[in-house]
Amino acid sequence: MRISLFVPCFVDQLYPNVAWSVVRVLEGLGHEVVFPENQSCCGQPPFNSGYWDEARSAARVTMKAFRDAEVVVGPSGSCVTMIKVFYPDLFKEEPDELEARELAAKTHEFSSFLVNVLGITDVGAKFDGKVTFHDGCHGLRELGIKSEPRALLSNVKGLELIEMCEAETCCGFGGTFAVKYAPISTAMDEVKCASILKTGADTVVSNDSSCLMQIRGMLEKEKSSVRSLHLAEILASK
Amino acid sequence: MATQSADFQTLSRRYTADKGFRAFIQKGLSGYYQKRDQNKANFQDWQGARDLAAETKYEAVNHLDKYLLEFEAKITTRGAKVFWAQNAEAARDYILKVAKENNVRSIIKSKTMTSEEIHLNDALEKQGFGVFESDLGEYIVQLRKEAPFHLVFPAMHLTRGQISDLFQKELGSEATDEPEKLTMIARDVMRRKYCEADMGISGTNFAVAETGMISITENEGNARLTTSLPKIHVALLGIEKVLPKLEDLSLFLPMLATAGAGQTMTCYNTMYAGPRQPGEPDGPEQMHVVLLDNRRTELLADAEQRDALGCIRCGACLNVCPIFKNVGGYSYGTTYGGPIGSVITPHLRGLKDWKHLSAASSLCGACTEACPVKIDLHHHLLQNRRNGAKASPSPAEKIAFGGFSLMMGHPALYRFAVVFGRIFQPLQNLVNGTILDPLRAWTGSRKFPTLAPQSFHEQWKKDRGSKP
Repeated sequence: MRISLFVPCFVDQLYPNVAWSVVRVLEGLGHEVVFPENQSCCGQPPFNSGYWDEARSAARVTMKAFRDAEVVVGPSGSCVTMIKVFYPDLFKEEPDELEARELAAKTHEFSSFLVNVLGITDVGAKFDGKVTFHDGCHGLRELGIKSEPRALLSNVKGLELIEMCEAETCCGFGGTFAVKYAPISTAMDEVKCASILKTGADTVVSNDSSCLMQIRGMLEKEKSSVRSLHLAEILASK
Repeated sequence: MATQSADFQTLSRRYTADKGFRAFIQKGLSGYYQKRDQNKANFQDWQGARDLAAETKYEAVNHLDKYLLEFEAKITTRGAKVFWAQNAEAARDYILKVAKENNVRSIIKSKTMTSEEIHLNDALEKQGFGVFESDLGEYIVQLRKEAPFHLVFPAMHLTRGQISDLFQKELGSEATDEPEKLTMIARDVMRRKYCEADMGISGTNFAVAETGMISITENEGNARLTTSLPKIHVALLGIEKVLPKLEDLSLFLPMLATAGAGQTMTCYNTMYAGPRQPGEPDGPEQMHVVLLDNRRTELLADAEQRDALGCIRCGACLNVCPIFKNVGGYSYGTTYGGPIGSVITPHLRGLKDWKHLSAASSLCGACTEACPVKIDLHHHLLQNRRNGAKASPSPAEKIAFGGFSLMMGHPALYRFAVVFGRIFQPLQNLVNGTILDPLRAWTGSRKFPTLAPQSFHEQWKKDRGSKP
């Protein structure tokens, strides 16, 4: 299959290895990966802040970049939610509503694509470590992704998955919320990091780099030895 | 009036800084989660029950004109008086008028958040009426001159020790940390108040159109006494509380008990269908039902968010909300706290002053998942943000997102900006976390990520050429 890679802007700038990991996993499964270079940001920051006109400008660039794609895969539950769930709302009664709906239908979050589209739960990865998985809210509640990352992790050789007590509780990132209401966002981060540390895991994994940025930000500030990795990075480990 | 927003910032900062308080709230809720899940499992199909509840509420809310008139007609035939209050003032004035005309001296109340919404106690006390809350939690916060902390658990923020101290100070009782003893202290006071009161004011959980009854569900028996001992019973309810049929209660009563308190059923479930009827030995001589609009019809006119009128005030959305759990009930400054309050307060009290509550959310959606009547709460927060930005955009955000959309609309410009960012990141390191740091809101508690030396875009171009 010819897969068009959707790389969220902050993954592009902060975590390029996450995008490469997706490329390696998909190519390892025998698929062709293309990267439409004229993509920028899905438009979620202005959308979530209520500035829908500005969000549409950014979204139109994304829509144009993937116009000819057969299938679009991205390593972020949140940014894929923006396309899959919110573009149809954002472009409701706009001239390009149909295009938004078409892109929504062919766009998939990485773990969901592997399990639900390709029907694969074992990518032949190997990773030695105790891992706990954090469910990003958008992936979990907007896209209904819960079992997919766990199914993939359970087939990674050497990996022990330990569930944290509040895996489904928000890490407190929430985009601009994290700086607009920093004390609340921080409090939520503290709750999340405490849940992670309680498991005794050495690595926290998620299918969303934005959650990991929030979690890692606090773990590093507190000089914790627990590291954080994107699910794709685990699946690309040999 | 940006004060509500500033107050929220101040209070939420204060409450989140108090880790002991946050742990206390979390611990208090952990028992609820366990019992709620046990009772959800007692439903044959909890998700199916939610669907049915949402459908029933949809029918009721979209035909309020029919069901409210049916309710009024039925309950009036048994002698109850129905008053349609367009706003809080009209509701207060009517209740005051009834009290004055009947030479009422003392008023007892059972739990009603709607009376908090219209600031009824204040109005009654200013006119010289003694007003006593009979719900234990409400009584405790009334003694502390506080508002309820939570829709369902008004005093959940207080420890037994604090309650004991309060009772010692206000009631002259002995110190104790046994819940039973504390309850008995309050009950002693309360029993006298029931006998003295000549008016009882209650809330209403559901109004049934088909039979012209109101349903009140409670755990302490105080609502039964409040509504039946005094000679006048006033029931206050928002117009959205009406249900079409009596059989709807067979779904809504266990659902409210489960979602609200983690109970199979609440202890006392009572239907009130009018004042004392001829030949009956007891019950109030008069029953007044006050139907309150207070801008609910404006929410009704908003097709996107109309489902918020389906709310049964169970508080389930508060109990799962990570914002509520960390900032507590008083930070909101509203009668209705938590996610449902953040959604409806802008409609009930003005978008301009209350839109900040919709921004104060990570949009995690735990509220929507928990809501027994499937109100699309977190998406309504997004809609409030959109409506707020349209009605009164923040100049700073307008410029920021204007620049953002310009940049993201032109990928070349975006890549240039990133190179610019890479140059400036080392400078940020010099001021990291200090007052000069422009990223301080983040870096105060979290390490800021470092821009990669080369973006994925650049790496791909180098590695894979300009292959399409």
